[in-house]
Amino acid sequence: MGEESPHRIQKEEMMKKATIMLLVLLMVVPMLFAAGQGEKAVADKGEVTEILYWQYFYETKKNLMDDLIKMFEARNPDIRVTQQTFPYENYNTKVASSVPSGQGPNVINLFYGWLPLYIDSGYLQPLPESNFAISKVESEFFPLVSAAKFDGKYYALPTAVRSLAMFWNKDLFIEAGLDPEVAPETMEELIEFAKKLTKRDKNGNYLQTGVTLELRGQMHHVLREVLIRQFGGAPYSDDSRKVTYNNQAGYDALKWFTDLETLHKVGVPQYMTDDITAFSAGKMGITIDGSFRLGNFDKLSDTLHYGVAELPSMNGVKSNFASFWANGITSTTEGKKLEASIKFLEFLTSDEVMEMWLAAIGELPAKKALSLKPEFANDPKYGPFIRGLEYAEATKFIDESEQRVVWINAYDEVVLNGKSPKYAVDKAAKEEQAVLDAYYKSK
Amino acid sequence: MSKTYSRNSVEKNKRIWAYVFLIVPIIFYTMIRFYPTIYAFVLSVTDWNIVSKDLNFVGASNYKALVKDAMFWITLKNTIKYVVFGLPISLLLGFILAYQINKIHFGDGLFKAMYFIPYITSMVAVAWVWRWLYQPVPIGAFNNLLSSLGLPTQGFLLSKTQALPSILGTTIWADLGFQMIIFLAGLKAISPQYYEAATIDGANDRQMLFSITFPLLKPTIVFLSITGMIRYLRIFTQVMNMTYQGEGGPLNSTKPLVLYIYQSAFRSFKMGYAAALTVVLFMIILVVTILQLVVTRHEN
Repeated sequence: MGEESPHRIQKEEMMKKATIMLLVLLMVVPMLFAAGQGEKAVADKGEVTEILYWQYFYETKKNLMDDLIKMFEARNPDIRVTQQTFPYENYNTKVASSVPSGQGPNVINLFYGWLPLYIDSGYLQPLPESNFAISKVESEFFPLVSAAKFDGKYYALPTAVRSLAMFWNKDLFIEAGLDPEVAPETMEELIEFAKKLTKRDKNGNYLQTGVTLELRGQMHHVLREVLIRQFGGAPYSDDSRKVTYNNQAGYDALKWFTDLETLHKVGVPQYMTDDITAFSAGKMGITIDGSFRLGNFDKLSDTLHYGVAELPSMNGVKSNFASFWANGITSTTEGKKLEASIKFLEFLTSDEVMEMWLAAIGELPAKKALSLKPEFANDPKYGPFIRGLEYAEATKFIDESEQRVVWINAYDEVVLNGKSPKYAVDKAAKEEQAVLDAYYKSK
Repeated sequence: MSKTYSRNSVEKNKRIWAYVFLIVPIIFYTMIRFYPTIYAFVLSVTDWNIVSKDLNFVGASNYKALVKDAMFWITLKNTIKYVVFGLPISLLLGFILAYQINKIHFGDGLFKAMYFIPYITSMVAVAWVWRWLYQPVPIGAFNNLLSSLGLPTQGFLLSKTQALPSILGTTIWADLGFQMIIFLAGLKAISPQYYEAATIDGANDRQMLFSITFPLLKPTIVFLSITGMIRYLRIFTQVMNMTYQGEGGPLNSTKPLVLYIYQSAFRSFKMGYAAALTVVLFMIILVVTILQLVVTRHEN
């Protein structure tokens, strides 16, 4: 090689600069464009339509859905369904924050109480009348499914619905001298039973509690939809826009409930962190929970022997709270993907899947005729839940977590702050009304 | 001539490479830190609800609502409690520990490690362990101990008055290692000659502490106060994990501002409102930091 000329060096310099630029681009560009590429690759495959399904992670639900997807794909070879799950605690946050990023599923499983937010913001599209006729939906499904109906259109449909029932620990009943096969039938009896089931040490610490007081679990539903109605009230106006419990019925309901801790001393909130833990550990005589809990409790069949009964009545009134997770189709889904999504949703709301869902998950078929089949309605475990569905109410939540905190605070106002139930309920009503107003004022 | 040219070019090349390496973190940092910070200001004058496609300009209405929002004032008050009680206690304990450990020579490494471990442990794990320790009988260790000694059991996290101090206790415990190590570094930096001279002059321990140690530790104390105050103003993880479902209960008695921001943004999806709260917190931290810097510069 001869002497290097300045010219040549300059050229090398430029080459180096170009290399550096290239390196930088290589590092930065993929970060920016990685997002959009996944979907393109799918669309290019041609014949096969791929759709994405989201639900929260619950082991039995995820596994069953994997099997269902295999069944569905075998019948529809031109459709591929991919399931993605996210932890329950952050599921709503995850879904909401996926919206602005433009990423997300075609078919999505949402809690009915979240639907207003997503429908309002245009995230879901109404289900097509041709495949899901409103009249057919309303004649076949339980009436509570109308919580998914907005402006006269259905935006989502459930596979299964859930109601509440009372679980009692038979071993603790025997220990307390109670008949292990007889559950309390009225709320008055519930208190009597709970007193016998409660054990405290000489300092007053609970060694075993009689009944759950977990407003953070299912008991805020019991207060709202069961106790208030049993005391002759109604929690909300017919159009769900006004709270209507700030009257004697509401005061009585909260007093009855707080008396469990302050007067009857049969339990305390957050005992052993929550009622599921306490009941599972055999430290709580009676709990109230949904049918989905059967799976958890059945796993403990060596140590936990329990019975299931309908919620106790009071003043001759029976009531229950029902809820459901529903599947909807996102608005950005169109063309072939929309067709595939509709097919998948039809499959998920078929009788066949509903029966499999009951067997695997313990949630009740959303279609009335199916649930009320004698083999289900008379089942010792599912029966009480199904019978409860007939008189159950689904609260039209706007913001479930905030509306729950309102009742937790009402309880604490009475028990921790020594305020009267009237004061606490009036305060709760004001706070909950503010949540409703914030939503309905834009309607 | 060609030689100097080439040397320049090597220098230049090195510089270019330095920039290339530096630019990646800068781009990254700008995207994840500065852009969202500035965007928070924009969001704070909108009614965005995270899932909606349109951002509506609402002027100062989020800020007006905030002033009237009782929860904002409760959480602000709680945040101030965390700072006012947490910071001095953790500084004092951190100093005492460092002062004592500085005196011993045998096994000091072990002590340092023991006190520092909580600081490098994940705050979430710490919070959950302490949450269990604070439980009522029969599962909480503290209450089981009290009960077995025949003493009355305490509500701790379930009590309206004890919940905040309980969380603060955990925080201080986890924080102590950091304060201690920095104090220790400060103490080691003080030349032993000062103490020797003072001893010859007949000064006692107390006089040495107040006339030598504290004045010379001032930069350390200022540093720890500023970083500590910012840390306590941003308290979140502990409360999120130690209160049931991250409520900041009972009756909002432990809920700090940051948790309220999180709940507004990601539970109630009021992003605009949460952004307005964030701007307020940003301003508070900014003012506090500037104040501290001004005060110390003045004295210097």
